Amino acid sequence: MKILIIGATSAIAKASARIYAELGCSLHLIARRDDQLALLASDLLVRGASTVSHSVLDLNKFAEHEKILDAAFTELGGIDIALICHGSLPDQEKVEQNFKQAQKEINTNGISIISLLTELTPKFIEQQQGSIAVITSVAGDRGRQPNFVYGAAKSLVSTYLQGLRGKLLAYNVNIVDIRPGLVDSPMTAQFPKGPLWSSPECIAQKIVKSIRRGSHTVYAPGYWRVIMFVVSAIPEFIFKRLKF
Amino acid sequence: MEAMGWGRYPKTTAELIQPANSRALQKFIASQKKSASCIGRGSGRSYGDSALAEQLVSSRFLDNFLELDQQQNVLRCGAGVKLGDILKICIPRGLFLPVLPGAKAVSVGGAIAADVHGKNHHLDGSFCAHVQKISLVLASGELVTCSEQENPELFRATCGGMGLTGVISDATLSLDSIPSSYINQRSLIANNLAECFEHIEDNADSKYSVAWLDCLATDKNLGRSVLYLGEHAESKNMEIDTMYGERFGLGVPFSTPSFLLNKTTMSAFNASYFGAQKKKKRSTTLGYNNYFFPLDRISNWNRLYGSKGFLQYQFVIPSESALDCITTVLEKISEKGKGSFLTVLKKFGESNENLLSFARSGYTLTLDFKNEPTLFSLLEDLDRIVLAHDGRLYLAKDARMSEEMFKKSYPNWEKFMAIKNKYDPKNRFASLQSNRLGLTQ
Repeated sequence: MKILIIGATSAIAKASARIYAELGCSLHLIARRDDQLALLASDLLVRGASTVSHSVLDLNKFAEHEKILDAAFTELGGIDIALICHGSLPDQEKVEQNFKQAQKEINTNGISIISLLTELTPKFIEQQQGSIAVITSVAGDRGRQPNFVYGAAKSLVSTYLQGLRGKLLAYNVNIVDIRPGLVDSPMTAQFPKGPLWSSPECIAQKIVKSIRRGSHTVYAPGYWRVIMFVVSAIPEFIFKRLKF
Repeated sequence: MEAMGWGRYPKTTAELIQPANSRALQKFIASQKKSASCIGRGSGRSYGDSALAEQLVSSRFLDNFLELDQQQNVLRCGAGVKLGDILKICIPRGLFLPVLPGAKAVSVGGAIAADVHGKNHHLDGSFCAHVQKISLVLASGELVTCSEQENPELFRATCGGMGLTGVISDATLSLDSIPSSYINQRSLIANNLAECFEHIEDNADSKYSVAWLDCLATDKNLGRSVLYLGEHAESKNMEIDTMYGERFGLGVPFSTPSFLLNKTTMSAFNASYFGAQKKKKRSTTLGYNNYFFPLDRISNWNRLYGSKGFLQYQFVIPSESALDCITTVLEKISEKGKGSFLTVLKKFGESNENLLSFARSGYTLTLDFKNEPTLFSLLEDLDRIVLAHDGRLYLAKDARMSEEMFKKSYPNWEKFMAIKNKYDPKNRFASLQSNRLGLTQ
């Protein structure tokens, strides 16, 4: 299988890439940090990947997306799975008070993904097969006080994916929206961890499984579907008073 | 967060730092405030307090494979890579780790820091005998390479040095070629301790050798045991075997009440295990997981000892007085009305030049006891017996040895201190254990 991973050095992406490497897949990795990419590439080769190539890009440079995706398709000779993993967790207070910061975060977590999807769509339509999986977040299900800028960017992507899924149905291309809950990764290093936190490895297993099965919206781990159902069901006059 | 070793005793509050890569690790060590002490931590599989400090520097994200040279059988990988993960990528290529402890979750960094041993110590030495090179982050934040050629004194102090010289970032390991990943196991029954020693000596050329002892048998049955010998099967089969427990996700979700583990239940378990082994086939073929890591079938098996945890007690004594010493130890335990759930006896080969490594020529006995207030006086009695026989305790399992006992039984501690003072004069790296043993403070 030929796998493209965008935002490849994030913890969840790394864990997913390792599963695909152990299955003997060919991988193309895109991320911002060159040294970390090279490290990951050698790790994946040792783990059994057939080939690993990579290119460096700050994904907020939208103008470069077309070129870098063209290169990825050429490198792999077609793509079976595109997995989009990049993101950043902003400090809510800072982005609330500073639009420049908010814009940057929405670009990273939302707009850049729309740009990538816009470039990927015609390529997958032409192939008439494959899966595009995007990591969004349970934070996108409802705007909560502590992280609604991040949540808004993620729900932008989720809504876009819903529409795109229908559009690509006729072309045998599946869209998977992966919504992880709390993940114990370097991105969340500053938070104290409790029983609801899961490891990137656990999320990665779920990702690989749901892509294989052709799932649509996936909560990882599965119990977040129940939690978010409850959170979504809270009447707004109560919800607006909640600080969690 | 609350931090503890695998024995779940002692417990302490610590800050967990998880550097995303080796550069972040360097940055953290260099920037560290002078007052806080820190220690490297891998999978948290050392039993006592050797990986406990105010700040724990986790190797969790230093888990990349860096290079595998299949011509030379050499692997370079991050300190956080677990031994079980190495086996998973090595076995399909016909390669194997030369030394394996009894848990596959042990990290490479931890295996080096404790210079762990396996069932083949009598032939192949300990883990660090197969370590070619270590990349170490010193107290200054500087990343240095050490090996037998390069910075040899730092290498000798870091191998088995319990993380006190720095935090290991990555290591280069030699691998062995194997004819298959399956092990032909032979078991020999011994009705008493003397018979067990005879079996071990008679089979000194066997690749893997370890004996399970019924610690609760007394009188003429004292030391009744089963010696397990193993050789790699010649079948060329390079499969990754699965274990029943692992496949079904068998585990202990919470600490079970510790009264379940009492002398009666342990005695019954040990007697029935011995009885079952006696009836079983004498030779069988097992996958490497089932052979090397039987305890990993049940994840979090350490919770079986109750919420107060347990203490492992592992000592080594010279061969000449081993029978005498171990008999005295077993009698003492039974006299005090205590029992060890799992008791393991093994013969060690020659010691190495690492300054704080545990293994040395002789016999090693491993006991485990659930933590209770009356246990500590027994362990002090055992300390006296071990010391009288010129023995010592394993630092990776220790949670309570006295400074005096340590300094008497590890004669190279002063040489170690000289090197530690050179590279870490302000004791940035210190654990609860090193404070207790008078190595830092």
